[in-house]
Amino acid sequence: MSQQTQIPELDSVGLFRFAWRQLTSMRTALILLLLVGIAAIPGSLIPQRTQDPLQVGQYFKDSPQQARWMDYFYLFDVYGSPWFSAIYILLFISLIGCVLPRTIEHFKAARAFPPSTPKNLSRLEHYQSWNGQGDEIDRARAWFKAKRFRVLESEGSISAEKGFTRETGNLFFHLALILILLGISFSSLFGMRGEAIINVGERFVNTPTSYDTLMYGRLYRDSNIPAFMLTADKFDARYNLETSAPEDYTLEVSLLRDGSTTIEKKVIKVNSPMTIGTTRVYLQANGYAPVVTVRDSKGDVAFQGPVTFLPQDSNLRSIGAIKVPDADPQIGFLGSFLPTYVRDGVNGGASAFPKALNPRLLLSVWSGDLGLDSGIPQSVYRMDTSEMVQIGLKGLKPGESYEYEGGSITFEGYVQWVNLNFVADPGKHLALLGGIVAILGLLASLFTRRRRIWIRVGNEVEVAALAKNSAPGLEIEMQEFTKMLKGEK
Amino acid sequence: MSRSWAYASNYLVYSAMAVYAISFLAHLIETAWAVKVPTATSKTLDYKRTEKVARIATAMMILGFVLLFAGVIARGISAGRVPWSNMYEFSITGALTFSGAYLLALRKYDLRWLGLLVSVSVLLTLGTAVTALYVPSAPLVPALKSEWLVIHVSTAIISGGVFLLSNVIASAYLYLDRMEAKGERTPWAKRLPDLETLDLLSYRLVAFVFPLWTFSVIAGAIWAESAWGRYWGWDPKETWAFITWVAYAAYLHARVTIGWRGRRAAWLCLFAGSTFLFNYVYVNIWGTGKHTYSGL
Ligand code: HEM
Repeated sequence: MSQQTQIPELDSVGLFRFAWRQLTSMRTALILLLLVGIAAIPGSLIPQRTQDPLQVGQYFKDSPQQARWMDYFYLFDVYGSPWFSAIYILLFISLIGCVLPRTIEHFKAARAFPPSTPKNLSRLEHYQSWNGQGDEIDRARAWFKAKRFRVLESEGSISAEKGFTRETGNLFFHLALILILLGISFSSLFGMRGEAIINVGERFVNTPTSYDTLMYGRLYRDSNIPAFMLTADKFDARYNLETSAPEDYTLEVSLLRDGSTTIEKKVIKVNSPMTIGTTRVYLQANGYAPVVTVRDSKGDVAFQGPVTFLPQDSNLRSIGAIKVPDADPQIGFLGSFLPTYVRDGVNGGASAFPKALNPRLLLSVWSGDLGLDSGIPQSVYRMDTSEMVQIGLKGLKPGESYEYEGGSITFEGYVQWVNLNFVADPGKHLALLGGIVAILGLLASLFTRRRRIWIRVGNEVEVAALAKNSAPGLEIEMQEFTKMLKGEK
Repeated sequence: MSRSWAYASNYLVYSAMAVYAISFLAHLIETAWAVKVPTATSKTLDYKRTEKVARIATAMMILGFVLLFAGVIARGISAGRVPWSNMYEFSITGALTFSGAYLLALRKYDLRWLGLLVSVSVLLTLGTAVTALYVPSAPLVPALKSEWLVIHVSTAIISGGVFLLSNVIASAYLYLDRMEAKGERTPWAKRLPDLETLDLLSYRLVAFVFPLWTFSVIAGAIWAESAWGRYWGWDPKETWAFITWVAYAAYLHARVTIGWRGRRAAWLCLFAGSTFLFNYVYVNIWGTGKHTYSGL
């Protein structure tokens, strides 16, 4: 029985308290900090779904066994994985648990006076004593005041302290880290990110169905999408004549906001997105969409319009597929669009420059079953030709037509398309604020020194000082102080 | 016009290399000379004898810095942008800030003993740059045209130079610490500062640039936000910048709050610095992601 009373019972409250104290200890925080760094490493070495889904798919193709095993541990989604989240959430709980109580303590202490002068100054650092003239206390008081020390004066002695900024800055720095995390969480809850390909000349109406891909934060709803409409009026790309490297992209748009009747003209560039309320619109990619007309054997139009092709190289050789499911049998075209056509023995043609100086559309014509009803989603840029036969092959200049068995296709021309990213990131200002506060706090904390200086005038003048965190430079300050007291220059 | 600026830049970089080489030789002579002086009977070093050579060494270092500075500027003019967009340019600018950090620190601390190491590292960096990394000067792709690029990359390069200097000093600490553990310092090592000074110096440098590095990462995030629509995407380069930041934060913590000094602190410092180097070498050359525009 007596033994039982000696062991403190670890009930749930006690256990919680124990866990809390462990978690908020400096040692745990340091380990967690290093762990976050280490945990971030695999994601930089293994392709991640959020950045490079194609390469992840390749992994699954090359070594499915290993890929499945890796996927089990979220190695393709490191930064969204439960274990990565667990580490940084623990770190921030630890941070909050440690910094909040300290903040409160610090601001209480900031209002208090420095502790009174110790009895025996001679045991402290930077101790000096000499026979004074009697006015040292007054001189010291003025000096402390000019240097903005906080002072506590008692009979014949002054205790002065300076450098509270250090702790204040340090606390602000750590609080700012919490602010940054809040900003990030806020974005991931209330944010939105969507992509859409728009042909130049066409209109984009901001509704969920207009997007090619669309991702919401956990608390974002369809109804949060702001209503607006924009038209891509003109797209201008400038390239280096020697290297074909892009030099500048400019997209001009007309914007019609909800509830407004005036059309605003805006310009979007790569480094300057357009801002509409909380949504920003970024110019991400561009390419060509050949415009074609497909006719059946009777001459009726079976398909007409621009078809988005995907760029393959820096000279914008682009490939794509034109599918006509309504024809019987179904007709499909695999195409290459070459903005500046040059002859090429291997591929039948290549592009020598990204601008459309001499556009050419190379087509192969296929007849049969497009396989669109199989239920397996197909890329719009590719075509499954396994149930089809090739019935023709042709290179067309703008305006030219090609007739094949059962119909014809006309290459009318081309339009340019742009890929726009629509992003709502409501937490980013909070994160930025956190970043700014963090830097200011760091500067205050790393470049101020906290120290105390004492003076007592009795039979002789005694001075001493103490530097916290072994801050440097106190020696020089004390020399200056004593010189001033002795009236030396 | 732009081509002649590019040639001028190349000549300036080559001349800077020659001058750094003279500085290196002078530092070498200085070190060797000072070692020869002490004999079995007199163990102190005669600094007066080496003073002249030492001055030449420092003067050449300054001249090399000026030439390299001009070379970097000319490179920027030739391309019509800031000269920091491929590994050749990173390397010559990095060498510039590294020697600049040394010269700046030299004004405040007696660091001449480091000159040998600094001049040899600068020479190696420039040598690698002109032989293996050289690419012709070219303008920027649209995504890199931003004033935040200037701010982000310049602060990153400066931080890197200072991190590197701090690492060199931490290595010197570890080396001398081993030497002292075995007995007395060998004569040439006697002119190096005592261990405590080295320890503190390497810490001061980190504490000095950590806020700048923080700023650089944030500037990069602001740039990424305006160019790519997200301020943080765990791109490999971003990830390693974050890892470096966390590692140095851990280093500062270990020193300030747990009181690590000396050997353990030096190792942690080296570890943190190596994450920076890794980012530069690995991610630029073999990495994937949005930052691989290095043109290599
Ligand atoms: C998790 C709990 C944490 C606690 C309890 C904590 C506590 C502290 C303390 C007591 C100091 C020393 C203050 C002084 O100089 O007197 C400090 C400094 C510092 N902390 Fe933390 N910290 C934590 C997390 C973090 C995190 C997550 C980071 C950033 C990655 C960080 C970065 C720094 C830096 C850079 C310093 C140096 C600034 C200075 O010397 O004043 N800390 N921290």
